Amino acid sequence: MSQPIKKETPLTLDVFTAGIWKDNPVFVMMLGLCPVLAVTNSVINSLAMGIASIFVLVCSNALVSMLRNFIPKQVRITTYIIIIATFVTLVDYMIQAISLDLYNRLGAFIQLIVVNCLILGRAEAYASKNSVIKSVVSALGMGLGFTLALVMLGGVRELLGAGQLLGYQVFSTQFEPWVVMILPPGGFIVLGCWLLLINYIEQRKTAKLITTEAALHSTVKS
Amino acid sequence: MSTPENQVPELPSSTKLITTLGLVAMISGLLVVLVYEFTKPIIAENQRLATERAIFKVLPKATSRLTFKVTATGIALSDDKANGPLIYAGYDDQLNLVGVALNAAAQGYQDTIKLLYGYQPSTGCITGFDVLKSTETPGFGTKITSDEDFLANFNCLEAKVNTTQMTLMQVIKTVRHGTKTQAWEIDAISGSTITSNAIGRMLNQSGQRLHPIVMQNLNRLEKGKE
Repeated sequence: MSQPIKKETPLTLDVFTAGIWKDNPVFVMMLGLCPVLAVTNSVINSLAMGIASIFVLVCSNALVSMLRNFIPKQVRITTYIIIIATFVTLVDYMIQAISLDLYNRLGAFIQLIVVNCLILGRAEAYASKNSVIKSVVSALGMGLGFTLALVMLGGVRELLGAGQLLGYQVFSTQFEPWVVMILPPGGFIVLGCWLLLINYIEQRKTAKLITTEAALHSTVKS
Repeated sequence: MSTPENQVPELPSSTKLITTLGLVAMISGLLVVLVYEFTKPIIAENQRLATERAIFKVLPKATSRLTFKVTATGIALSDDKANGPLIYAGYDDQLNLVGVALNAAAQGYQDTIKLLYGYQPSTGCITGFDVLKSTETPGFGTKITSDEDFLANFNCLEAKVNTTQMTLMQVIKTVRHGTKTQAWEIDAISGSTITSNAIGRMLNQSGQRLHPIVMQNLNRLEKGKE
């Protein structure tokens, strides 16, 4: 007996925005934390890693979605890895062509995008089940959310760790940089602080919603 | 009798699996080759520019340069793409040799550090360096390019050649911060000992190998293009 075909949900703005805030890969899903902690010691490194990840995420999701009815499920993970590795190799060459300095600064983390669980996760959980357009839109949202998180971490770490932002001096020369912020522990500290703040905002929003609903309920009852 | 619930799903044929993987690998290969071919000349040009910038930084008096490769019998004019150790000779406006730039590399704290350093055969001094590749810890290992006390080591780091034994007269080594007493010692940066030691090690290795070759072929280097 053939399985019932599920009707695909329509493309809405939510598909795009979910990855940016509601299902942010770093702050909500906690995916791909290795580059998040490793390369966010400056805004420019964060931006470059974010853009590279967006490129790999969008292209691999598009190709996986295109081939989704053709790939037998027994070899799907192997196929996804080949596709992702291909786009990572492309982005690796492109960054070398754009700036050798940036390429040297990002080190092995460009190649390590292959094993970023965010990218394989989106290929398996979303692109393999949805149309090309929806997969690309979702990948764009997720990629932007990932980049936003990287820049939020990179901004704070560069500002406090070097007194600069995008290489421009922000604090006066009397400011003693908090070197720990651009070292690995700084990544954990700043990520923890951002998670604390975001969860606090979310909790307040939920509490406000519950209060409003309760007030509405009691008004309707009376 | 089997029920639909306990039926094992039929496996696709091996041919289908192999075809799928083969096709995906072909698309992948095609994309990689296309981008590689497109970016190859740009990357090569970027590397040439980076090397050129580094050479003129470590040999500030040079206005032109030539590349020599080390051969079994001495040195020969070459291009930057040649394999093996290269000697970049810098010349001033009158085409006098002002120094040579040499490569050095050693394992640092995180990864291999690669640099280009300037050597003056006339004085036997290492006069400066430029980092080509480094992923050292920001704020610590990266101080090798900004710490004034550390950079002062390279006003003239002695690396003279013993012409009879064809080795360096003295082993270049890094010493603990504040304990430098000799001209061939490098005063380490406090808190960046591993990176400082790597610099000493790589300069010694490169010096032991290349400085005797430079001295043996000094006439050829001074002649330039002739």
